[in-house]
Amino acid sequence: MADALLAVEGVTKRFGGFLALNQVSIAVKPGERFGLIGPNGSGKTTLINCVSGALRIDGGRIVFDGRDITSMPAHRRTRLGIVRSFQIPKPFSSMTVLENLGIPLENAAHGRGADGVDAMEILEAIGLAAKAHLRPAGLTQIEMRKLELARAMAARPKLLISDEAMAGLSSAEVDDILAILLRLNAQGITIIMIEHIMRAVMRFSQRIVVLDAGERIAEGTPDEVVRNPAVEKAYLGE
Amino acid sequence: MRRAGWPLLIGVAVVVVGIAIASLRANPYLYFAGYVILQYIVIATAWNILGGYAGYVNFGTPAFFALGAYTAVFLIRSVKPPLPVLMLAGGLVAGLLGLGIGYLTLRLRGVFFSIATLALSVVLQTVMVNWEYVGGSRGLSVIRPSGPPFGNYVVFLFTIMVALAVFAVLVARFIERSWIGRGLSALRDNEEAAECMGVPTLRLKLFATTVSGFLLGLAGAPFPYYVTFIEPNSAFALDYAVNALAMPMIGGTTSWIGPVIGAVLLGSAQQLATVTISSELSLLIVGVVLVGFVVVAPEGILGLIRRLRGR
Amino acid sequence: MFSWDLLANAVVAGLLLGGFYAAVSLGIGLVFGLLDIANIAQPAFLVLGAYMSFVLNEVWGIDPIVTGVLLTPVFYLIGAVVYRVYYGSFERRGDEGLRGLVFFFGILFILEVSLSLKFGVDYRLVQAEYIGRSIEIAGVGIAFRYLIPCVMGIAMTATLYLFLSRTFYGRAIMAVSQDQGALRLMGANPVQIKTIAFGIGIAAASLAGALLITITPVVPSTDRDYIGRMFAITVLGGMGSIGGTLAAGVILGVIESLMATFFGPSWAPAVSFGILLLVLAVRPAGLFGR
Repeated sequence: MADALLAVEGVTKRFGGFLALNQVSIAVKPGERFGLIGPNGSGKTTLINCVSGALRIDGGRIVFDGRDITSMPAHRRTRLGIVRSFQIPKPFSSMTVLENLGIPLENAAHGRGADGVDAMEILEAIGLAAKAHLRPAGLTQIEMRKLELARAMAARPKLLISDEAMAGLSSAEVDDILAILLRLNAQGITIIMIEHIMRAVMRFSQRIVVLDAGERIAEGTPDEVVRNPAVEKAYLGE
Repeated sequence: MRRAGWPLLIGVAVVVVGIAIASLRANPYLYFAGYVILQYIVIATAWNILGGYAGYVNFGTPAFFALGAYTAVFLIRSVKPPLPVLMLAGGLVAGLLGLGIGYLTLRLRGVFFSIATLALSVVLQTVMVNWEYVGGSRGLSVIRPSGPPFGNYVVFLFTIMVALAVFAVLVARFIERSWIGRGLSALRDNEEAAECMGVPTLRLKLFATTVSGFLLGLAGAPFPYYVTFIEPNSAFALDYAVNALAMPMIGGTTSWIGPVIGAVLLGSAQQLATVTISSELSLLIVGVVLVGFVVVAPEGILGLIRRLRGR
Repeated sequence: MFSWDLLANAVVAGLLLGGFYAAVSLGIGLVFGLLDIANIAQPAFLVLGAYMSFVLNEVWGIDPIVTGVLLTPVFYLIGAVVYRVYYGSFERRGDEGLRGLVFFFGILFILEVSLSLKFGVDYRLVQAEYIGRSIEIAGVGIAFRYLIPCVMGIAMTATLYLFLSRTFYGRAIMAVSQDQGALRLMGANPVQIKTIAFGIGIAAASLAGALLITITPVVPSTDRDYIGRMFAITVLGGMGSIGGTLAAGVILGVIESLMATFFGPSWAPAVSFGILLLVLAVRPAGLFGR
């Protein structure tokens, strides 16, 4: 775990009597393309919420870039470089697309060197430049997903967590998003991808962890995981 | 921000105009009514910093306003400091109340903050009713200091309120255009997303409640000298609760201009109405207009203007 | 000065009051606790119910509790209409945060001022032959005008509980409170269900209003005394727990009664506010919350 960018160590999370995560441990290396899969309700989004700081954990530790961030509030984790996109896009509806990016640039990226890469450049790279001065209400589904990613990029992530960014998109749109994520990774950003679209996860990930019912049941390369009988059982039942 | 010079200049110009009007020794009713309308500019602007910019609804405006007033009464009875000290004290105490209520409830959902403010007025009024030193339920007579500028204390208070209104608007405008204002907009639109984009949401919310409370307390502090007889029913009047909401919502909540428009329009209308119809009926009308606007034109007059302009 | 007699009387009074407070809070427990609609106008409907009961009692001499029951269909309809406006203007647009709250506050305000204009600020009360009578049990006096509302309150709580757990519409309401999407997939219309629930909530408020004016005279501004109580009870009992509402009502009633007996009656609003803040700070889920 010593060279991991993100180390989740024995994390447990309860909601009342329900055990959502049971001593889950994962380690993500810097620059890695990491996939997180599992059936619905297995705890993927809960784990992400714990890593991003939206939820407090009941046990275990989270270490990022050598720092224990277990009790750090979410906005400070973002400033350290953990950035997530949301499954259901949450744009700032009263602002234009450009202004939406202004928020993470001002807050998350503040002080970590915006490098002169400004909001318009991010929009151009992702293909939203034409809509820069529109409100989010005027965007299509895939454009909203792209806005989520663009906003995440504006936060200058070291670790980007993409939470089901491709759900419900057409095949061509999935490839579009996939290309963006691969490009980001090529620039040095570590990426955790949560997806149900298997071909995307298989193509993208260097390593995959599988969750089921709040526990880690498998880990390995895409090929290893796909051939793992425990994984098959989790998805298809017995 | 480099050109921050000129709003300040306009503000100073307004104060100068206010002083000029004061020196006119015009019909005293002008100053009485003017004071009320200016007071509402401060109240509406203060409310909007939390309600319009951050999206957190404060139903307990009377609590903060009256706390400023009663802080002043307490000091007038004990130490009798000059007016600026009274105002500063009123503002600080009310600001602390804002911070306290915020700290207790803002880590939960916004609706709990609103419910707490709703109950807050009732509780604070109970406290003041039971506190004999500041008059209790019977009230207290307050004697104005002698030898005021312009020869008339109400005229003097009028100019103070002009300055306070300018100050409040400048504060609101400054916040609106700064990273704080943008952060508040983000958290109003989607608090979870804002937090995940690095916006320190709790800190900004507490900032907004404190500044809002501070301005309300500043507005309340001169009130004892204005009315010369302080008692809980008028200090905690329902008028403040509904007007603090109605003026920004009708004027428009997204910018500092909205509360000013709302305060001037509604405030003048109510001043007219009090002499023609009963003040209660005029309050009822305010309530109906408020509901009407919230349902039909939620972006207020500013929003209507924007739509007419085709933006 | 303390005496066991005084204490016993205070506790009993508090228990009786508690049953009544439960009745007062049932509507909000349903509408806000279960369905997350922050209807802060609820106390105004309570007082409106009290005034309507007063009118029927004064003009036709009808027993106040009976008037309360008679008026429930009327208030149910009022509630349904109010919810439809709320839904169409706010919930559908996702605007229910700021604007929805202001809408309800506007209604609270309009109701209070209208009652003030129509009835003035004098205290109004009802006449019934059992008001003023009392019985004595083990040395403790129990006034009928407290006992009957308390019994009604417990009956209302039980009725609502059974309704929610045994009837189709009741269970639909519980389902909506948990997952609207699933309900839609099953062919039921969440909006219709919520309309029914809101109507019931307002009807409960009006019936509680009839109980209120039986216990004590009312003025238009009485609604302000109940804002803190309603929400304190709902939060303390646990959002969405009907049984919790009864328990919390009794707890609040007893604490208020003790405070009033030993420290004076004017601190009542502070009690509910204090409880509200305490619960929010320490255990926001309340006693029996989900």
